[in-house]
Amino acid sequence: MEVKLNIKRFDPELPSDNEWWQEYSIQINSNTTILDALIKIRDEIDGTLALRCACRASICGSCGMRVNGRARLVCKTRVESILKNNEPLNIEPLGNHSIIRDLVVSLDSFFSKIDQVTPYIVPDSEPETGEFIASNESMENLLTSMNCIMCGVCVSDCTVLEVDNKFIGPAALAKAWRFVEDPRDGKKEERLRYLNDQDGGIWDCTRCMQCVEVCPKGVAPMDRIMEMRESAIESGNKSTSGYKHTESFYNSVKKHGRLDETRLAVDSAGITNIPRLLDLAPIGMKALLKGKLPPLIPHKAEDKEKIKDIYKKVEEKKQ
Amino acid sequence: MKYAFFPGCVAKGGAPELYDSAKIVMERLNIEVVELTRASCTGAGVLQEKDQKMGDILNIRTLAMAEEMGLTMLVICSTCQGVISQANHRVLKDSKYLDEINEVLRDEGLKYNGTTKVKHLLWAIIEDIGLEELKKTFVSELKGLELAPFYGCYMVRPSDALEFNQYPNRENSLELLIESTGATVTKYSGTTACCGFPILFINQENSLKMVSNHTGNAKDSGANAIVTPCPLCHLNLDGYQPKARRKNRKDKADMPIIHVPQLIGLAMGISKKELGLQKHIVSTKDVVKKIEEITL
Ligand code: SF4
Ligand code: SF4
Repeated sequence: MEVKLNIKRFDPELPSDNEWWQEYSIQINSNTTILDALIKIRDEIDGTLALRCACRASICGSCGMRVNGRARLVCKTRVESILKNNEPLNIEPLGNHSIIRDLVVSLDSFFSKIDQVTPYIVPDSEPETGEFIASNESMENLLTSMNCIMCGVCVSDCTVLEVDNKFIGPAALAKAWRFVEDPRDGKKEERLRYLNDQDGGIWDCTRCMQCVEVCPKGVAPMDRIMEMRESAIESGNKSTSGYKHTESFYNSVKKHGRLDETRLAVDSAGITNIPRLLDLAPIGMKALLKGKLPPLIPHKAEDKEKIKDIYKKVEEKKQ
Repeated sequence: MKYAFFPGCVAKGGAPELYDSAKIVMERLNIEVVELTRASCTGAGVLQEKDQKMGDILNIRTLAMAEEMGLTMLVICSTCQGVISQANHRVLKDSKYLDEINEVLRDEGLKYNGTTKVKHLLWAIIEDIGLEELKKTFVSELKGLELAPFYGCYMVRPSDALEFNQYPNRENSLELLIESTGATVTKYSGTTACCGFPILFINQENSLKMVSNHTGNAKDSGANAIVTPCPLCHLNLDGYQPKARRKNRKDKADMPIIHVPQLIGLAMGISKKELGLQKHIVSTKDVVKKIEEITL
């Protein structure tokens, strides 16, 4: 059957109008992947189309692109599987990367972020036997993150990177987790402290789940970030407003069975943080005038005592 | 139709107009509800940062209560939907984990067997009532109105926990609703984006950039309003829009943010006052006027 591919082109050598959309029609069958289709266009219709690929089997991580607004590995996606009413597919380079030409992006910033998290084991001492022995179980636990093929697909669709390029980002944070959890590493505490305190560290993620949804390898970077938040708190990193936010939430539900929105705002800003509190005030005042300020006395779930019992039981078990 | 109703904290706190408008619309649609007053907050994914299992216990407890009543659980918040669906998804995948949680719930005489369904009002209308039935309650088509959908992360991701495979309409439920009113769906970059609320108190600068981008983009794409099934998105996109737009676009907050039941109510011809449209931070006057011109 015939399909149309609408491809975002970019040629840095043109003096002006160097960005445009170009439509191509080609014949495909039900097994044709988007990568097959792109290669066919390059080979048979337009030799100037630039794209990057190597293994064609979702191992090398070279062919990440945005298709209809969502990042994917194009070698892992059949054209038919996302075709709707035979409308043309829109194909663009990955987001949040600088573009070299057409569908080829620069990976410089991707790898500089990986470098930022010290992506290698830093042992505390020399191994006694000439090598460090790690148990099977401890390594199996790391598999999720070790499956990462550095394709940049998660980085492309990360909502925070879209507004702030200081954010370390999903791929590098998932990599950081892998070393935080590795039993052979001797710098777990330092790593957690860095990731906790750093501008663009673990607390800057909005939990939007884009990276979990788009990652072709099941790395689920956000889940790794959440595990590091838990670990950072357990290691005593309690200075961030992110920590205060989750702590306040946890305690609000513990006490009232429900969320106390006023308390949450005050606790997250920190009761002594006058500028931040003032910053929150205007919206509070406006909301009050409109009759919708969160009640100062929080609502109570009828069974709040039962909820307290649950907390007690779970907290006792933890100790 | 009868449901176990879980309104969530925000509809009973910071966004009372959501609770009120949902109640009115549900009554018009003959949706009977029993409110789960003994349920706790879902944790909204925030409590889960400190202790995911605690969050799962609280949500499985609520699911067990609905199961005991033999009812599908009805929510009116994307975040409630997502957080409960994720907890449900985790225990359904791992029976040992479910046993551990049931062990904690035993003291209260509760046990979850894994049968409860959780549906946002938006999904319940599409899946259980049907858009054709809904349309019969509308007074006229909202032709000429342009509405930009804003789902909220938890209503669209992760798609496996939300069972998109089993219910393919969920992926475009909001577009389907907007089309059913006769309005046009605005195509813009915000539809499935993050509103920034989770980092509002942590990195306000980034959060406000998101608010400004999405509301500004909706405006540039010709929308008369944004429609959302999530009160937390509403809180950020509405409440912080003036500050966000001033700071990042040097313009005024002019993009009204409408809750899903408010849109349905307007199409049913219910008054703006009953729907609480005067309670928003960003004025809804212009869009309501436009709708009144169409419906009168
Ligand atoms: S969950 Fe966090 S890391 Fe993942 S895409 Fe969203 S903001 Fe980025
Ligand atoms: S985490 Fe997943 S999406 Fe991100 S770079 Fe690694 S394999 Fe690609």
